[in-house]
Amino acid sequence: MKDFIIPTSKDMDMGTPASKSTEMVTLTIDGFDVTVPEGTSVMRASAEAGIPVPKLCATDSVEAFGSCRLCVVEIEGRRGTPASCTTPVTPGMIVKTQSSKVKKIRKGVMELYISDHPLDCLTCAANGDCELQDMAGMVGLRDVRYEAVANHFEARNSSGDVNTQFIPKDDSNPYFTYDPAKCIVCSRCVRACEEVQGTFALTIEGMGFNSRVSAGAAGDDFLSSDCVSCGACVQAWPTATLQEKSVIEMGTPERSVITTCAYCGVGCSFKAELNGDELVRMVPYKHGEANRGHSCVKGRFAWGYANHSDRILNPMIRDKITDPWQEVSWDEAISYTAKRLRDLQAKHGVKSIGGITSSRCTNEETYLVQKMIRSTFGNNNTDTCARVCHSPTGYGLKTTFGTSAGTQNFDSVEETDVVVIIGANPTDGHPVFASRLKKRLRAGAKLIVIDPRRTDIVKSAHIEAQHHLPLLPGTNVAVLSSIAHVIVTEGLMDEEFIRTRCDWDEFAHYAEFISDPRHSPEATAMLTGVNANELRAAAKLFATGGNGSIYYGLGVTEHSQGSTTVMAIANLAMMTGNLGKNGVGVNPLRGQNNVQGACDMGSFPHELPGYRHVSDDATREVFEAIWGGKIDPEPGLRIPNMLDAAVDGTFKGLYCQGEDILQSDPDTKHVQAGLAAMDCVIVHDLFLNETANYAHVFLPGSTFLEKDGTFTNAERRINRVRKVMAPKNGYADWEITMMLANAMDSNWTYTHPSQVMDEIAATTPGFANVNYEMLETRGSVQWPCNDDKPDGSPIMHVDGFARGKGQFIITEYVATDEKTGPRFPLLLTTGRILSQYNVGAQTRRTENVVWHEEDVLEIHPHDAEVRGIRDGQYVRLASRAGETQLRAQITDRVSTGVVYTTFHHPDTQANVITTDYSDWATNCPEYKVTAVQVALSNGPSEWQEDYNAQAEQSRRILPAAE
Amino acid sequence: MSPEKMTRMANQIATFFESQPVSDQAESVAAHLKEFWEPRMLEKLAKHLQSGGEGLSPLALEASKRVTA
Repeated sequence: MKDFIIPTSKDMDMGTPASKSTEMVTLTIDGFDVTVPEGTSVMRASAEAGIPVPKLCATDSVEAFGSCRLCVVEIEGRRGTPASCTTPVTPGMIVKTQSSKVKKIRKGVMELYISDHPLDCLTCAANGDCELQDMAGMVGLRDVRYEAVANHFEARNSSGDVNTQFIPKDDSNPYFTYDPAKCIVCSRCVRACEEVQGTFALTIEGMGFNSRVSAGAAGDDFLSSDCVSCGACVQAWPTATLQEKSVIEMGTPERSVITTCAYCGVGCSFKAELNGDELVRMVPYKHGEANRGHSCVKGRFAWGYANHSDRILNPMIRDKITDPWQEVSWDEAISYTAKRLRDLQAKHGVKSIGGITSSRCTNEETYLVQKMIRSTFGNNNTDTCARVCHSPTGYGLKTTFGTSAGTQNFDSVEETDVVVIIGANPTDGHPVFASRLKKRLRAGAKLIVIDPRRTDIVKSAHIEAQHHLPLLPGTNVAVLSSIAHVIVTEGLMDEEFIRTRCDWDEFAHYAEFISDPRHSPEATAMLTGVNANELRAAAKLFATGGNGSIYYGLGVTEHSQGSTTVMAIANLAMMTGNLGKNGVGVNPLRGQNNVQGACDMGSFPHELPGYRHVSDDATREVFEAIWGGKIDPEPGLRIPNMLDAAVDGTFKGLYCQGEDILQSDPDTKHVQAGLAAMDCVIVHDLFLNETANYAHVFLPGSTFLEKDGTFTNAERRINRVRKVMAPKNGYADWEITMMLANAMDSNWTYTHPSQVMDEIAATTPGFANVNYEMLETRGSVQWPCNDDKPDGSPIMHVDGFARGKGQFIITEYVATDEKTGPRFPLLLTTGRILSQYNVGAQTRRTENVVWHEEDVLEIHPHDAEVRGIRDGQYVRLASRAGETQLRAQITDRVSTGVVYTTFHHPDTQANVITTDYSDWATNCPEYKVTAVQVALSNGPSEWQEDYNAQAEQSRRILPAAE
Repeated sequence: MSPEKMTRMANQIATFFESQPVSDQAESVAAHLKEFWEPRMLEKLAKHLQSGGEGLSPLALEASKRVTA
């Protein structure tokens, strides 16, 4: 940590990582008794006693290295001056951190360092935030006796000749610079890249005076190297050698606020560091329990969208979508919207309007949107983008375990022995979790990857999956059933767990089903494409390798059998007893920051907050008592049903908060038709997104930096989001929803989101003990948090399942209707990339575009060759739903017969290709399987040209009338 | 929503419950429909039944009768 300032803050760098030992050791440091866990370094013990020892190469995010010799101390009975960072404590040890001997050594070390360092401190970007500076002060360095004849920091020597040791600053990375002149070769960056991030991009090249940090192979700079710009090295570095460009530009920040990242479902805690209300940098918070001080390129650096010139700050309205936008006051926008919605209800019925809550907004905002729909609109037509991602998780885990949520916390991965990753690409989609996972894998845990593509987690630096099962898209259930078949027929189940925690008779029936030879790996290999021996070995490893955990993503849920696959995963965890303790469990990796929260908060049309069906009288009465009025006992429309009803003419108005359904939902043409058929579409967002092309009202939204609230991450962790600056659009999103509800005759009087959380706690049993005061004290808490679980629930189903006994479900494989044939012989599957986030509305408006400025189609060399396609050429991608054009990337990461692309760019609009097929239980779209054909292209498709013309026409804005 | 899409969705639900060891599969399908389908979807299903219920699998047909009765 660079922010070593005064050792009073709990953010103080302790020098070396904490020991997890439960054995305690007492020693004496400078006359004070100190008791610390066994395995703690003398440096850390000293820091815990409030006596920081000078240090340069040590930092508590990485293991001790013992290279700088600044932290030497004297220990009674030991010869010499051991480095405190690499010396573990022993009982009764007597340490002296200050003596004339160590002071002299430290001063000598610092003198050598400083003799090869430019003394431009006053104009250096790290001024005031530099450990070298701090240490020079701490050891009392007052003069340097050595003349820097040979050095690394002067471009030319005193006779004007070129200094061959000088390497100019590398500013190739958009977010930080590397200045070799200021490097002290402490190796912190290299160790952070290895130990924290696990990418191994950085190394030290050369020896002695020639030692230099290198970003990879010769000729690599920080942009072209394997570096993933996670920021771990920048964080670890003690000087200005690796420096955020934002700090170079704006100066060192003067205040910080702890908040939660608004990108993926890992939900990393960050310190937003500011000057006034100007954000200078986002630094991962070391006490954040989801991320433990780590970050990825999105959360760490990609926040520039908050100030992007595309951001809309004034409300806008228009009669028809062919009109240009008209800027209006908030009052006018809200009353106009309220009137249009009420007029629609008067003409077409109470159920003719609805809304979509945002998984990017806070719990409090989501709760208010569904409350407005259920109580102010008077119907249950509320849904959320979880419909198109994790709704099968909700159905599947509720059916099998009784709760719609993952079973573990992220720390659990530190105790896992065998990891199964299915349909997830964590190094790109959930990078901070991936780093924690890779750390565990390097320590010896085994890995099984079930994915059509050879994702980076299958094989990367010092990581290699024991088994990769590259299945054909759409055959998840067949593969998981075969794994279960092997476990059951070979008798590898955890019988005791099944007998005590599940219904044995029910399991016996399941065992009979799954033992049928049709589920054997040999029988399913023909349709899954997975080698039977490999699958058998993987199944045995999972069942017998110790703590087994399953992590999964949208490659599981976004299928016509998405819910069945989730239940097959639950079956596997139950039959092997991998539930209810650390290191195991069923772990859905959630896409967006608050998908879990949006689901918890009653966003689904059939469920009130806390996953209770709207038909349940007692639940409705709880809310009716607080909200007033009656709640409809019938379920409302889900997003795809809303669009169908719009085309049918019975659904006329939609309030859409923080979601771009036109870009993110499948079968774009159908979404377009649905939106075009509505009379009032209200988009509440930061930008004129694609959906806004069909909107009549645009309500500008606020960013996560501009409001208070909470997000709930994939591990059910409720984390505070804190307002670090005033909303540039004038209001936080919860205030805007409240204004609209009140304009439609509600009488809401919230003055702070904490009051909304109090209402959630009062109505929703799993949140009963959650309030802002508690979150201030604890930092975060994992639900359920109530009188039964006052400290929250890091691990679920410890003593019993939420539903009582765990339920085994028969998982018969059913092939999807989406089949390849002569016209569409290839299978398209879609996914995400590290640098971009979902529809890209945020990340496309940051420097992250340098890594991914367009969507490309991954195609196997064989499939490319038979079509005459060369790498980088434009190709036409067509399905029965539509066609688009994009560039081909030839790679054997995909198997023959399978192609892959991302959906980050509206210019490509990958979803014009995907179909309206969906999961049987939840209508979650089948994004991951589309039969397609690929051919050389002769220009953008007609659809792309029409689409772009409409979008351009629709985005015209007239200035506000005087 | 086209009748084809509606029958496909109903048949998908029926296909799942057809594999389940429950005493009354049609009841399970009907319960699922009631739990997740909005009334106007069920109305459409009822109309489709009145005109013969073409395309519905036998189990989906039986469940549809119960849920729209």
